[in-house]
Amino acid sequence: MIATRRTVLRATSAMATLVALGIVTAQQAHAAGRPGFDARTLQDALRTLGGAPATSNQISIASPDVAENGAVVPVTVISRLPKTTEMFVLVERNPLPLTVAFTIPEGTEAEIQTRLRMGETSNIVAVVRADGRLFSAVKETRVILGGCGG
Amino acid sequence: MAGPMRVRATEEGGLTTVRVLMAHPMETGLRRSSDGSPIAAHYITNVEATHNGRTVLSGVWGPAVSQNPFLAFKFRGATKGQRVAVRWTDNRGATRTDEAVIA
Repeated sequence: MIATRRTVLRATSAMATLVALGIVTAQQAHAAGRPGFDARTLQDALRTLGGAPATSNQISIASPDVAENGAVVPVTVISRLPKTTEMFVLVERNPLPLTVAFTIPEGTEAEIQTRLRMGETSNIVAVVRADGRLFSAVKETRVILGGCGG
Repeated sequence: MAGPMRVRATEEGGLTTVRVLMAHPMETGLRRSSDGSPIAAHYITNVEATHNGRTVLSGVWGPAVSQNPFLAFKFRGATKGQRVAVRWTDNRGATRTDEAVIA
């Protein structure tokens, strides 16, 4: 019995073992080493990113006004703020608002296009770190069929 | 399940546009199968694009990126004929790299 458990513990990753033993929830395991990704509210996520961003009209969010299918919502974020080094996209009403965090090296445009899941009608909040400071813009997308699945 | 990525890169006026379509189930971990048991989370957690060994984009992702993720971005400093590589890693430790020649 003990030998079997030792074999299992050696063979699997530490985190997978903790999840299997119920010591760490699956959600916590996902978030390990990934600041903000386990935050359950927009405010908590913003706090981990570094505080309340200042609103900026130099950040644009392109997303549908109405998304038929919340499982696939195209989102484009563009920052015209100089020295943009990071770009984050949060979906305010998702169970875990922080969806993606990109690092923008020098020479790369501060423009990201992707497709996100939205559980319900929600504000999409784009946060940008530019010259060390946080800025944000908001756009609401209405969702007809929520994208988090059954 | 996980298959090859489609990476397309085009350069115009010094700006290279990269479009990537990844093949990945991107399970959020919030779904349940028909018998009620939870479907385990299985999603890409890290993405990195490189050109000539230099990172031109890196991303950390949560489970809310759509299945078969689409990603597009632009960067400067590359020319036609050079290559862009994109690598993803998922929450189970699997990883995949595909590349494209810049057209």
